[in-house]
Amino acid sequence: MIYLELFYTFFKIGVFCFGGGYAMLSLIQDEVVRNNGWMTMESFSDIVAVSQMTPGPVAINTATYVGYTASGGNVLGSFMATIALIIPSVVMMSVVIRVYRKYSQNKTFQAIFSGIRPVVAGLIAAAVLNMATPENFVDFRSYLLFSASFLAAYFYRAHPILLLALGGLAGYLMY
Amino acid sequence: MYWELFKVFFRIGAFTIGGGLAMLPVIEREVVDRKKWITKTVFTDIVAVTQTLPGVIAVNMAVAVGYKVKGTRGSLVSVLGAVCAPFFSILALAIFFQNFRDNPVVEKIFLGMRPVVVALIAVPVITTMRSIGLTYATGLIACVATLLIWLLGVSPVWIILAAGLGGYAWYTIDKHRKRRRST
Repeated sequence: MIYLELFYTFFKIGVFCFGGGYAMLSLIQDEVVRNNGWMTMESFSDIVAVSQMTPGPVAINTATYVGYTASGGNVLGSFMATIALIIPSVVMMSVVIRVYRKYSQNKTFQAIFSGIRPVVAGLIAAAVLNMATPENFVDFRSYLLFSASFLAAYFYRAHPILLLALGGLAGYLMY
Repeated sequence: MYWELFKVFFRIGAFTIGGGLAMLPVIEREVVDRKKWITKTVFTDIVAVTQTLPGVIAVNMAVAVGYKVKGTRGSLVSVLGAVCAPFFSILALAIFFQNFRDNPVVEKIFLGMRPVVVALIAVPVITTMRSIGLTYATGLIACVATLLIWLLGVSPVWIILAAGLGGYAWYTIDKHRKRRRST
């Protein structure tokens, strides 16, 4: 039953995605690409690219997209995946917001989070390495694009949309 | 009022591109500066809490602000607003993509964009490392986590559980040690 599988998988992602945004990419890759084979690593990269240019968080975009493709083009699949992803957020946050003063001073939660924080950088790094596949880096031109956009983003804070647009244009002209 | 909440979060969902942390200043401008629904102090507190909880930051923020303004129903309306625009825009794209996937022009464009995406995610690895202020010990933990996921295919779920447990264990040991020293 694909809808239940989608629900279960994205619910799990919703429960464990700490650190927001980029940190959850490795988790989504693991579940969607490795475990379930719902999409290839290239398609995943494409979704991340599209997410950078369209409204909304990467996690929601991936859930909506994968829900649609994995269920063979059914809107219900999108709906199930997206709803499953946000339920843990909504439940946990609804509880915590009632007691957030106490929560933010709670030593146990602070201790747990202080353990998770250092691995967040590791999680993002793993997402990058996972995406460094031969399909994403087809030849020297890919490495050139990677280096140029890394330098532009890191040293000149170039806007992601601008870089992606230039990358797309370069791809169209070079290949 | 519910309609107001929905509208504000719909706008936040529809116009913040890139998601996550990019949304925080936009949310602040809307709910603190313009609508004056909550104070700056409460907003800062909420942000601190959402950062330590799992989940999509935008959704967590919608729940928190919605609850502060109009209780549980307020939070549900806000979440609905925040998710609406991304959901329908990606759904439309997914349907469109089904037909254009194999288009040679689209394929060329994505060939060029894929390395750029990887670079765009490589940058926050470094910025996160800096903002966390990794020491040799925590840096080593981060490296081990990376290698376990990348080379051995360990699920990030286990890494997160182990890290949380480790953080708690460290805190407990540290507490005992301090107590022993003070006696």
